[in-house]
Amino acid sequence: MTEMQETILEVKDLKTYFYTKRGVSKAVDGIDFSLKKGETLGIVGESGCGKSITSLSILRLIPTPPGKIEGGEVLFKGRDLVSLPDSEMRKIRGNEISMIFQEPMTSLNPVIPVGEQIAEAIRLHQKMNKKEARAKAVDMLKLVGIPSPEKRAKQEPFQLSGGMRQRVMIAMALSCNPEVLIADEPTTALDVTIQAQILELIKDLQVKLGMGVVLITHDLGVVAETCNKVAVMYAGNIVEHAPTQNLFDDPKHPYTRGLLDSLPKIDEDKDELYTIEGSVPSSYNMPAGCRFSSRCPFAESICEQKKPELLEQQDGSKVRCWMYSDEWTAAKPHKEVLSS
Amino acid sequence: MKITEEKKILLEVSGLKQYFTVKKDSIFQPKAYVKAVDDISFVVNEGETLSIVGESGCGKSTTGRSILKLDEPTDGKVLYAGKNLVDLSKKEMRDLRGDLQVIFQDPFASLNPRQKIKQILGEAMTIQKSVAKPLQRERMIELLNLVGLPAEALDRYPHEFSGGQRQRIGIARALAVVDVSIQAQILNLLKKLQKQFQLTFLFISHDLSVVRYISDRVMVMYLGKIVEISDKKDLFEVPLHPYTKALLSSIPVPNPSEKIERILLKGDVPSPINPPTGCRFHTRCPFATDRCKTEEPALRELRENHFVSCHYAEELS
Repeated sequence: MTEMQETILEVKDLKTYFYTKRGVSKAVDGIDFSLKKGETLGIVGESGCGKSITSLSILRLIPTPPGKIEGGEVLFKGRDLVSLPDSEMRKIRGNEISMIFQEPMTSLNPVIPVGEQIAEAIRLHQKMNKKEARAKAVDMLKLVGIPSPEKRAKQEPFQLSGGMRQRVMIAMALSCNPEVLIADEPTTALDVTIQAQILELIKDLQVKLGMGVVLITHDLGVVAETCNKVAVMYAGNIVEHAPTQNLFDDPKHPYTRGLLDSLPKIDEDKDELYTIEGSVPSSYNMPAGCRFSSRCPFAESICEQKKPELLEQQDGSKVRCWMYSDEWTAAKPHKEVLSS
Repeated sequence: MKITEEKKILLEVSGLKQYFTVKKDSIFQPKAYVKAVDDISFVVNEGETLSIVGESGCGKSTTGRSILKLDEPTDGKVLYAGKNLVDLSKKEMRDLRGDLQVIFQDPFASLNPRQKIKQILGEAMTIQKSVAKPLQRERMIELLNLVGLPAEALDRYPHEFSGGQRQRIGIARALAVVDVSIQAQILNLLKKLQKQFQLTFLFISHDLSVVRYISDRVMVMYLGKIVEISDKKDLFEVPLHPYTKALLSSIPVPNPSEKIERILLKGDVPSPINPPTGCRFHTRCPFATDRCKTEEPALRELRENHFVSCHYAEELS
C-alpha cells in the first residue's frame, strides 16, 4: 500500500497564543506532527494541555482576538493553511478537512431537521440540487448506521439520543469525503456501550474512505484501541511522540509514565494509585526549563535551567526529556521505579 | 439478601421506587411516568464501598437522590439507624445530613454562577458547621490545592474557569473528573478517609475502572432495575448478566497488546417511559428468547454473594 505513505497533514512549530488582561497565555507553544493517509494520530493530555487549541488552530477556528496563531505552519497537501485567505480556508473546512466535537448538541441547529442540516453542508461544497443533496444526506445517515434513515432525516436533533446525534455529526463530517477528519473527544459525552459503537464506526469508515484521522482525547484506553501513533501533550508542548505500541510498552517521558500509572485499570486490582504530585504550571508563566520539571520525580538541575528538545530514540519514538540526552549525568531510573 | 461473615448492615433499601410524571402533550393523554427506579432492594454494609454502575438513564443517580430524599421516593423503605428515612420530616432529615453526605458530579448544576469560589466552598462549610469561620480560608486553599487549583481561584467566579477546572472545584467533580492525575489523588484520598474514619461509601459512577479500584461490592443497574450485584472481584472476573458482560467488554483498555472480544450492543437504551416488558434488557440482548419478552427475571443468588437477574445466567456462564 503505497497510499499509506503519503503525508497529507504536517504541523510545524505551531504556536497559538492568547492575549488577555492577565497576560499572554501560550496555550500551544511550538508543536510538530504529521499525518499520513489512512493513519490515526492520537493527541492525548489532560485539560488545559493545549490539545483542543491545536485542533482549532489547524482549522483556523481560534477566536481572534484574544487568540492568535503566532507562528508555524499547517501544511495540508503542501499548502500552508495558516497563511491562506479566509475564503480559501472556508472551501477546505468541512470539505477536505472535517471535524467532529464532543457535544453534538452545540454544533447542530436545534430547530432544523438533521437531514436538512447535512444536505446544507453538502450543498455548501458540492454542486448538487436540493433533492440530490437530501438523498445523499439519507445515504450518509445509513452509512453511519442510523436505523430508518428516511424517517430520522426529518427529525430534529432533540428527538435523537446522544449516540444518534453523534452519528449525525459524523455523517455530516463525512458527507464531503474529507481527506482528514479531526475528532475532538468524539465519545467523551457518551455511555461506554455507545462509545464502543462510535469508535468502531469511525475505524470502519476510515478504512472504507482512506481518511487520515486526528483523534483528540484524554482517554488512554481509546488511544490504545484506535490510534497508530500518539502525541502526548503537556503544558502546550508535545512531550512524547511514538507509535502506539511503543508508547504503552515502553513509555519514556516521566509524565507519560506517571499518567499511565495513575490510571485505575479494569483488569487489575491495586491498593493505591500512583499520583503525579503538584500541578501544571500556568500557561501565562511557563518555566524556562522543562515544563514538567517541578513535578518530575527524576528532575536534575539541568531540567530547571534549560528546555529539552524532542529527542529521537532508536525505536522511532521522540521524547522531550533530558534523561535521554548525552548531557544526562545521573543514573537513568528504571521503568519500574514509578510503579513500585 | 443473605449476608455471609459478620457484616453489619448500615443502610437497607427495600422496594424502592422513584417515578416521575411526564409532561403531557394533550390533556386527553393518560398520565405517563418515567420509572427511573423501579422496585429495587439492596443493603449497604458498614464500612464498605458499594458502587452503583450503569449507563445514563439506568437510575443509579436517582437511587442516590432517593435515599437522601433529595427526591421524594414514590414507594419503598430506606432503613438507616433504625429509622425509615422515607417517613422522616424535612427537619429530621436535615439533622441526618451530617451523617449522610453527598458529593455531586455535575459541574454546572452544582455551582452557582453568581458566587465566587470562596462563597461556594464557604457556604458548604458554614451550613455543615464542619470548619470554624476563622479556619475556613486555610481549609479552602488546602482543598483547592488538593484538586490542583491555585489559591487565587477563591476570588474568581465559576465561569472564569475552563470546563476541566470547574470540574475540580468543590471535591464535587472529584468523582467524575476527567484528568487522571487529579482523579488518582482523589480516589486515594477517598480510600484513606474511609480507613481513617470508618466511612461507608455508596459510590455512583459510570467509570468501571474507577469502580474496580474503589469498591468492595458492585451493583449494576439497567433501566431502573438491578441486573447484577456481587463482590467486586467476582463481578469483574465472572460477570453473569449479558448486560454486565457487554458493559465490561466495552471499556477501552490502555494496552494495545490486549485484544478483548468486544460484545457490541445494538441500538440505544430504550425509553424508561415505556420500558420493555419482561426482562428490560431483552431488546438489546444477543441471547433473548420469547420467555425474556414476557417474564421478568428475579434477582437470584447464583454464586456466593453474587446475585443476577437473568433467566439464562447458568447456561450463559
